[in-house]
Amino acid sequence: MAQASGKSAGKSFFGKFGVHLAVLVFVVIWTVPTLGILVSSLRDKDQIIASGWWNSFASSTQTEAGRLPPPENQVEKDGRFVIEGNIFGDDPPRTISAFGTRAAAPTQYAAGETADLGDGVTLQLNEDGTFVLSSPVALEGSRGQRVYFASSAPPRFTTENYETVLFSEGIGRSFINSLTVTVPATVIPIMIAAFAAYALAWMRFPGRALIIATIIGLLVVPLQMALIPLLQLYNGVGLFFGVPSKTYLGIWLAHTGFGLPFAIYLLRSYMAGLPRELMESARIDGASDFEIFLKIVLPLSFPVLASFAIFQFLWVWNDLLVAMVFLGSGANQLVLTGKLNALLGSRGGDWEILTTSAFVTIIVPLLVFFSLQRYFVRGLLAGSVKGG
Amino acid sequence: MADLTLRQIKKAYGSLNILHGIDLDIESGEFIVFVGPSGCGKSTLLRTIAGLEEITSGELKIAGEVVNDVPPSKRGIAMVFQSYALYPHMTVYDNMAFGMKIARENKAEIDRRVKQAAEILQLTKYLDRLPKAMSGGQRQRVAIGRAIVRNPKVFLFDEPLSNLDAALRVATRIEIAKLKESMPATTMIYVTHDQVEAMTLADRIVVLKDGRVEQVGTPMELYHHPGNLFVAQFIGSPAMNIVSATVEKAGLVTAIAIDGGLKAEVPVATPDDAGGAKISFGVRPEDLRIANGGNVLFEGRVDYIEQLGEVQLVYLDIGRADVPLVVKLPGNSVLKRGESLKVDADPGTLHIFNADGRSYAREQTAAKAA
Repeated sequence: MAQASGKSAGKSFFGKFGVHLAVLVFVVIWTVPTLGILVSSLRDKDQIIASGWWNSFASSTQTEAGRLPPPENQVEKDGRFVIEGNIFGDDPPRTISAFGTRAAAPTQYAAGETADLGDGVTLQLNEDGTFVLSSPVALEGSRGQRVYFASSAPPRFTTENYETVLFSEGIGRSFINSLTVTVPATVIPIMIAAFAAYALAWMRFPGRALIIATIIGLLVVPLQMALIPLLQLYNGVGLFFGVPSKTYLGIWLAHTGFGLPFAIYLLRSYMAGLPRELMESARIDGASDFEIFLKIVLPLSFPVLASFAIFQFLWVWNDLLVAMVFLGSGANQLVLTGKLNALLGSRGGDWEILTTSAFVTIIVPLLVFFSLQRYFVRGLLAGSVKGG
Repeated sequence: MADLTLRQIKKAYGSLNILHGIDLDIESGEFIVFVGPSGCGKSTLLRTIAGLEEITSGELKIAGEVVNDVPPSKRGIAMVFQSYALYPHMTVYDNMAFGMKIARENKAEIDRRVKQAAEILQLTKYLDRLPKAMSGGQRQRVAIGRAIVRNPKVFLFDEPLSNLDAALRVATRIEIAKLKESMPATTMIYVTHDQVEAMTLADRIVVLKDGRVEQVGTPMELYHHPGNLFVAQFIGSPAMNIVSATVEKAGLVTAIAIDGGLKAEVPVATPDDAGGAKISFGVRPEDLRIANGGNVLFEGRVDYIEQLGEVQLVYLDIGRADVPLVVKLPGNSVLKRGESLKVDADPGTLHIFNADGRSYAREQTAAKAA
């Protein structure tokens, strides 16, 4: 099966070339934004504002404002009143390329130049941040001279954003919540669907065709239509047993219900495609239906189980709607998608928070995909039947 | 170790009848081959014996015990499938041990039996391989090994060689024959549509057609004394030539007039009331030879020659529309297309069949038995 698809994909040079080109385009379209989010999330938050992530390995130039020390620091030197020092103080050193004293012209003078501030007052600001302010008369006032300067800082990468996001913004807690929702909501439907699919594919019982038809029919029921009746039903049943209305159990059941038709359909098609002789051979070997399922069908169905697991995991992980309906919005129930949505409102301008949160959100789907993706392509059946 | 008795075995899928009452007795230790054209029900019959298909009506006994409702694993059978049906995720060892593991036999015993079977089939060094890392012939040997390990009373083979290429088919055929020799007490039932396999392997062949048994007999019986037209044409390659004829004089030796003029005397007895009856006259291509004076059986123009080296198949136009007479002659006979040719045959190799397609020889045998 796997070989057939390989053969059909373009025998000619142009066919192959086209396929490779298409793959390249998809890879670029998919990878570049992901890389952007990753790089941005690791950058210093001031640098994110100053330059795009594609410039992140170059020094970034930004215009800053600073204030010289107040006049009380002046000393009289050769008949002039002078203030000397370093504008960065205790801050990390940067390289100054230009400076100015008016907000309208922040880069009026090149670094090292002596600026004339009027009334004989001069200011010299050097690249390393040292300055000399010199005045013919004593400076007055309680505040120092305002200075603007363009500085360039070396690129700085940090994991601070992750610390912030995970521990003070509540993403960490939401991450746990999302896992709490997703893992059971993936495992439960697989377990139910695998049994159902085997029965529907290989066991004969009355009404089998009808059940299959019903399941196919359920595939096209829109989730939105069933959502509220389902919640009401759940609440009704919950009330009867004295269970609160918004619980993890509720959302597991909801996701299980919504995932089952597709799961059964997918698994049944796959299992029905397994060679009949395998089951018959196992039957002759004395295996019961349960043993055939457990020892033959289940191991051979691993690729389809994995591919369904990926589908369901991604769908549940990225789901917002069902989570909003079936779970509360408290910290102990808010899932990542909901949390991201909330952050967009409250921290909409803080790119370091948003990109970091986004990356935390996609890292699990990425891991799931990369750890299971080989089962998409591996033909486990090779060797069992003729031509394998 | 086990004899099988089939009594009026019928199998129907809804209103579609596949088997119309099969009666068959198979003795312990026999090698039986079911042969027949596609769709004749031979595989279905094998599968009902295996228990993979339920019997609609009738009675199936294995070793004297009615097994109609006994599950496959309890019938003491093992089956080798056309597609091998190896469990692809298990090693050769695990494939062979699967049945015994399901039966929860003790490990040492499993190990001993698997090793022993592997030894017989020269699979010892492949025991930890997966099926996909093996060739078709090796996979088929594993499938046979899996059957041996079960230590069955009856071996069932469902066209086990049809997925192999020609050379491997011959080699594996010989292996199966040797396997049977090494297990003389084990009954084997083998389904094939290949008459070479049937002829070479079988103690007795069961010819099936449309869900009915046409004839049961040893390979040579079927070849020399086909019970009816179907068997006559099915066994032997190329198929027996059949021409219509009329009985001129019934009796111990039957005189017939072949449509188209020529006459022949066939040393097969016909009942007295057969005089004037329309019959079918049959002769195998390999029994025909170039007439050397004397009695001529057929005369015709050479229409086409297939030279096979050792022999040549000569298609004679004897005036029958579209159906040439096939003559198998030594490869060294020099013949030309368009040439006129006279052929005859040893009277002992001639066959005649009544209007229902039954062989007259068989009718007589039946009459004697009664």
